[in-house]
Amino acid sequence: MEEARLMKGNEAFAHAAIRCGADGYFGYPITPQSEVMETLQVLKPWETTGMVVLQAESEVSAINMVYAGASCGKMVLTSSSSPGVSLKQEGVSYIAAGELPCLILNCMRGGPGLGTIQPSQADYFQSVKGGGHGDYHMIVLAPCSVQEMADFPSLAFELAFKYRNPVLMLTDGVVGQMMEKVVLPEPKPRRTMEEIVKQCPWATTGRMGRGSSNVMTTLELVPEKMEDRNTLLQEKYRLIEENEVRVEEYHLDDAEYAMVAFGSTARICKSACEMLRAEGIKVGVLRPITLFPFPKKQISDLAKKVKGFLTVEMSAGQMVEDVRLNVNGAKPVAFYGRQGGMIPSAEEIAESFKAQLLKK
Amino acid sequence: MKREIVIAGFGGQGVLSMGKTLAYAGLLQGKEVTWMPAYGPEQRGGTANVTVIVSDDPISSPLLQKYDIVVVLNQPSMDKFESKVKPGGVLIYDPNGMTRRPERKDIRVFEVPATKTAEEAGQQKVFNMFVLGGLLKIDQVVENDFVMLGLKKSLPERHHNLLPANEAALIKGGEIVKEIK
Amino acid sequence: MTREEIIKPENLVYGKTKVLTDNIMHYCPGCSHGVIHKIIAEVIEEMGIQDQTVGVAPVGCSVFAYNYIDVDFQEAAHGRAPALATAIKRLMPDKYVFTYQGDGDLAAIGTAETVHACNRGENIVIFFVNNGIYGMTGGQMAPTTLEGMKTATCPYGRNTDLYGFPLRISELLERVDGTCYITRQSVHKVANILKAKKAIRKAFENSMAGKGTSVIEFVSACNTGWKMNPIKANEWMEEHMFAKYPLGDIKDTEKKHYVENNINAR
Repeated sequence: MEEARLMKGNEAFAHAAIRCGADGYFGYPITPQSEVMETLQVLKPWETTGMVVLQAESEVSAINMVYAGASCGKMVLTSSSSPGVSLKQEGVSYIAAGELPCLILNCMRGGPGLGTIQPSQADYFQSVKGGGHGDYHMIVLAPCSVQEMADFPSLAFELAFKYRNPVLMLTDGVVGQMMEKVVLPEPKPRRTMEEIVKQCPWATTGRMGRGSSNVMTTLELVPEKMEDRNTLLQEKYRLIEENEVRVEEYHLDDAEYAMVAFGSTARICKSACEMLRAEGIKVGVLRPITLFPFPKKQISDLAKKVKGFLTVEMSAGQMVEDVRLNVNGAKPVAFYGRQGGMIPSAEEIAESFKAQLLKK
Repeated sequence: MKREIVIAGFGGQGVLSMGKTLAYAGLLQGKEVTWMPAYGPEQRGGTANVTVIVSDDPISSPLLQKYDIVVVLNQPSMDKFESKVKPGGVLIYDPNGMTRRPERKDIRVFEVPATKTAEEAGQQKVFNMFVLGGLLKIDQVVENDFVMLGLKKSLPERHHNLLPANEAALIKGGEIVKEIK
Repeated sequence: MTREEIIKPENLVYGKTKVLTDNIMHYCPGCSHGVIHKIIAEVIEEMGIQDQTVGVAPVGCSVFAYNYIDVDFQEAAHGRAPALATAIKRLMPDKYVFTYQGDGDLAAIGTAETVHACNRGENIVIFFVNNGIYGMTGGQMAPTTLEGMKTATCPYGRNTDLYGFPLRISELLERVDGTCYITRQSVHKVANILKAKKAIRKAFENSMAGKGTSVIEFVSACNTGWKMNPIKANEWMEEHMFAKYPLGDIKDTEKKHYVENNINAR
C-alpha cells in the first residue's frame, strides 16, 4: 500500500501517468497546468520506466506528437489549459477520426480569448460537443479531487484502448492547483513491443515481419466510404453511452431537489447542500463523472423523483442544456453560474437555490 | 473537528509553504486536508494567500467565504480578510508594517510579532514557523510533533540541519503570541 | 520466341522494387514525385529496412504516398509531419523514420514543426519536394514560388513587395544546429537520380547513427501547375529554379571542410 502524500492535482496527474505505464508525454507550458510537465521532468521517468517526456514547440505540435505516438500503439498523453486546448482541436479531430487511444488533460481557465488564468468550466461545449471539425466524441472524465487526478489516468487509458478513442480529463485550476491527500496508484510496467503489437494489430510500428503495411490515415475521398466510417464511429459512441456512464450521488436518496454539477463546482455544491440541509431543506447533488457519455438516464430518472434542479457551473450555462434536454420539461431546471475565473461560493449557491426553486 | 483557515501576506513571506506545512502535519495526523492557493503572478509580488482546511471528515468545498482562523501578515491582507472571520473566530496578525489595527469586536484577535522576533534572533528564514507556532498555541489544529515530522519528511536530508531552528521558532511563536483585548 | 520464353529471370533487365506497391500512381505524367518515390523505395529495399521503417505523409500532392511506398505509414495533418516523426522516433528509436513533404506543407504551414524538429536534432529524415507551387489544390503561390512567377493566387506574377521572397528553407535549416546533413538534389536526369539515391541512403544511415536531422530537398517540376509540357518544365526548372535553388550539398557535418568553413563564416 502506497503511503498518503500531499500534492497538487497537476503533480498527482504526472505521477499517475508514469505509474500507469505511459510511454510518452508531449506538452507545452501554460498556466494553470505547467506543474504536470515540471513534475515529469523532475521525476525523469526515462531513467526508470523508459517513458519519453518532451517539451514541444507548441500545443499544435504536442497534440500531433500524441497522434503519432498513439498511431504506434503507444500509451501517450498531453496536457494543457483552455487556450492551448483550443489550439489542439485540429489534432483531436484527427485522433478521433483515426480511432486512436490517448489521454488529454484540460486544466480549464477562464476565457474567451487569452482570458484569465483562474479556474473555469467554460470548455464544456468544446469538450463534449466537438471542438474540432466533424462528428466525433471524446470520452470525457471530470475529476473533482487530487485523488481522482491520480486515479483517472489509468481508467482513461483503459477506456481509450478498449474503445480506441481519445479520452479527455476535463478539470480546472482549482483541482490542478489544490493540494490534498492522495494515495498514488501502484506502478504498472510499460507494455513491451510484443504486447503492443498484440493489443494493437493496427499500429504503425514498422511492419516487424507482418507481411503487409499498416497505414494510419483519416483521409477517405469516396463519400460512400466516408459515410460508412462515420456510421461506425457513431455506433461506437452509442456503445460507450450504454456502458460507460459514471456518476457520484450525494444525499440523493431522500432528496426533494437536486443540484447537478461537475468537477470542483460539484464539491462546492456539496457544501451548499450541507448548508441547506442544516435548514431542513432536502437537497442532493448529482455529479456526472463522465460528461461524455452524459448521464442521460440518471437525470431523467431523477426528474421523476425530485421537484426541481439547480445546475451550477463556472460558465454562462453549458451543461445545463444537457440537463434540460434530459429533464425534458418534467421539472424546473434553474441555473447558477460564475464566469471569467470567478468561483461560486457555497453561500451564493444556497441563496440562488432558495431564490430560484423555493422562490424565497 | 474541522478548521477552515486562510493565511495571507506578501509573496515571499512563506505564506504558501506555511500552509503546506500545516496541511501536511494534518495529513500525517490522519486528518483530511485541502490546500488551495490563490495562484498566479500575484504570488511573486502583491498578496499571496492560501486556504487550508483540516478536518476529521471528507472535505467538500476547498474554497470558502468565511474562515475559523485568519492569519494576515500585511496590511492589504488585513483589509481583505478581517471581514471574513466567522463571528467568534480568530484573527492573527503580525504587527510589522501594519498601519491599522483590526476593528472587529465579535472575534478574538491575536498579535504575533514574528518579523521582529525572527530578526532579533537572526532567524528570518524560519519567519513563518514563528507565525505557525503562534497559531497552534491558540488553536491546536495539529500537534507540533506532526509539524516537525512533516518537515522532516518533506525537507531533503541535506537540509535537516535546519530542523532545530524550525522547531525552536515553532515553540517561540507560541510564547510571543498574545491576545489583544 | 513466345512471350513466356522471354519472361525469364535471366532475361530480366529491370525490376520494380518490391517496396513500391502495384497501385497506379495518381501523379501527373512528368511529375517528379513518382521518381522520388521509386528511389526512396529502392534505397529502403537495398538497405533491407522495409520492416523497420515508418513514413509520414503530408497534405499535398503526395498525400497518398502511403499507397505507393510499401512501409508502415502515418498521414499527418497539414504541416505537422516533423512533429509526428519526432514522436515516432522518440518512442521507437530502433526504427527508420522519414517525412515526405511538399513546399507548402514544409515551408509554409509547417515551418515551426520543421525548424524545431531540426533544432532538436531529431534523428529522422525529411524529404522535401520543392516545385515552387501548391500542386494539389490547383497551382497556388507557395513560399518557394519564384519572383515574377505566375500562379493561381498571384496571376500577375509573384510581387516580392507584397508577398515576400522565395524562401530558401534548406539554407535556413543549415543554420540550425540540430541538422547534420542538408543537400539539394533533382531527379530530372539519370545522373541526378543516381546522386539523389546516394543522398537518400546517407540520410537514412545518419538517422540510425544518431547524427541529427537530415534534409534532402528535391527541386522538382510541376508541369501541370506551371502549365508546360514535361520537357519544357524540366528546361524551365534548370534555367530558373536551379538559379534560386542551386543543387549540391549545403551542409554535411561529417565533412571537415564544411565544419571549418562554417566556423569561419561565423
